[in-house]
Amino acid sequence: MSPEEQKQPTHPETPTAKQAQRSMLLTALYIAQAQYGHLNDEALQRVAERLGLPLSEVYSTASFYSLYRLKPVGRYVIQVCDGLSCHLAGGADTLVDYIRQKLGIRVGETTSDGLFTLQTVECVASCGTSPAVRVNDELYENMTPQKVDRLLDQLAGR
Amino acid sequence: MTFEKILLRNVEIPNSEKIDVYLKRGGYQALRKALHEHTPDELVEMVKASGLRGRGGAGFPAGLKWSFMPKAADVTKYVCVNTDEGEPGTFKDRLLVERDPHSIIEGVAIAAYAVGAHRAFVYIRGEFFTGVKRWMKAIDDAYARGFLGANILGSGFDLDLSVHRGAGAYICGEETAMLESLEGKRGEPRLKPPYPAQVGLYARPTLVHNVETLACVPHIVLRGPEWFASIGTEDSTGPKIFCVSGDVNRPGNYELPLGTPLREIIYEHAGGIKEGRQLKAVIPGGASTPMLTAEHLDVPMAFETLHAIGTMLGTGGITVMDERVCIVSAALRLTRFFAHESCGKCTPCRVGTQRLVDTLQRIEDGRGQQGDIERLLSLCDGIAGHTFCPMGDAAVNPTLSSIKHFRHEYEVHIERHRCPMSS
Ligand SMILES: Cc1cc2nc3c(=O)[nH]c(=O)nc-3n(C[C@H](O)[C@H](O)[C@H](O)COP(=O)(O)O)c2cc1C
Ligand code: FES
Repeated sequence: MSPEEQKQPTHPETPTAKQAQRSMLLTALYIAQAQYGHLNDEALQRVAERLGLPLSEVYSTASFYSLYRLKPVGRYVIQVCDGLSCHLAGGADTLVDYIRQKLGIRVGETTSDGLFTLQTVECVASCGTSPAVRVNDELYENMTPQKVDRLLDQLAGR
Repeated sequence: MTFEKILLRNVEIPNSEKIDVYLKRGGYQALRKALHEHTPDELVEMVKASGLRGRGGAGFPAGLKWSFMPKAADVTKYVCVNTDEGEPGTFKDRLLVERDPHSIIEGVAIAAYAVGAHRAFVYIRGEFFTGVKRWMKAIDDAYARGFLGANILGSGFDLDLSVHRGAGAYICGEETAMLESLEGKRGEPRLKPPYPAQVGLYARPTLVHNVETLACVPHIVLRGPEWFASIGTEDSTGPKIFCVSGDVNRPGNYELPLGTPLREIIYEHAGGIKEGRQLKAVIPGGASTPMLTAEHLDVPMAFETLHAIGTMLGTGGITVMDERVCIVSAALRLTRFFAHESCGKCTPCRVGTQRLVDTLQRIEDGRGQQGDIERLLSLCDGIAGHTFCPMGDAAVNPTLSSIKHFRHEYEVHIERHRCPMSS
């Protein structure tokens, strides 16, 4: 055996091409979501074709994770942390009430202009700077109704 | 006496996430030392001797875990970095990743060298968008300077490191669920044994560590295991980041020796309870750990001492509740988290947590019935110990521990048909 051959592992290398392809699924779903806005049938179908996976597997995986949206959402998804520390900091309920009134939507709903969706989420690891709010991928800490007010106006371009 | 910061020594320095700042602060010297002055086996022995225990929640001895990795050089092995931090009340890993990612990379490289892995993966919580960007930039820079890639620092050791972004699922912090997710699947836990050190990612031996655990490793290499073991208690060595939140004057991350009394952390470091109110209950180590009361405040925050009083060090996420907090609503809040995050694989966890939530909600709303406390206890009995992964055991802790310490408050809710704490 040549030295090169001796260095070859006796165990087959992993990930195999198939395993590596499957490992791309979460990333592919993020990309499709960015392109389509949400993971509709066409988006899921395309991911399945590109990765050579059954559609059912792709759907099953996408539905497991909360950051994948299977239904349309507004341009800005407002996520108010519903965790204990954020509540203790006097925030979550006040903020949710405030946003509900300001935008006229309930938790889970989208404004009629398609701009905002309101959601509550579990602890986002900002308990020391709570209450915390996420809007799309941005994190906002130490939030107050006033700060939320300014943020929403700014996002709405007002 | 103030404790010399070790893990948080860089985080307050401007641009601490940048490689040049890290290098100026002495960064990557431990990696150089490890690669040039130590054999892999020596490093395993050093970590064993340091007494380092996992900071991700379970507290398993790190050196022992390293030694479980098969020695054979012809086996593909992996290292995985757990950056999934989602345990309510915990916010230390996010800080480390955002402000000092190179200290973790240095720890990963040393660990990979010690166990003979040439491929490592970062699994990061999907919500940590800044963290994802910081990880990627730090890894790029580490490659560019020769701290990752082929023939690291001329040692002949190769290591590749890449980032995988999760997509919103607390359970993916559990190590086997994380491996499933890394493989592109639903994050449902695997049955253990086999443990990841035997059968892990792509069925290969895999070393999984929490971010804070890995950040300890360079310091152990540079300053020696004896130094590390001299900090803390006999069974809980080294520094620990305590995350303090809730009804305190100065919430935040405090790095202190393991074994620091809970009272000192809350009243000295975190500035005591807001407006001088009384402490009612405190969760010592994240939402999974049973709560304590004011009578436990002198407990040293160490693995063994917390275990001895029926709770756990967990992640070191301390949530403080003052006298105004309704304990039923706190238990409800925490249990709702577990119900929401149950992956659905096991019936006791999936259905049981929802039943707990329904019952707690009913009591909180003043619709509680005689026998509800017993019903809660029997539900807990049906969940704990009957699930695939430790999440079932965790999910019952808010209910069990709050009934244990505040049963009377539950009874008052049921008898008066209302929450006594709300006006
Ligand atoms: C439900 C559940 C969630 C977990 N979440 C995390 C997490 O977010 N981060 C983490 O490091 N460990 C988490 N763990 C612990 C891991 O399974 C594993 O023990 C840990 O990553 C090992 O690293 P360590 O030895 O350095 O602590 C979790 C465990 C369970 C049961
Ligand atoms: S509870 Fe809101 S960030 Fe942790």
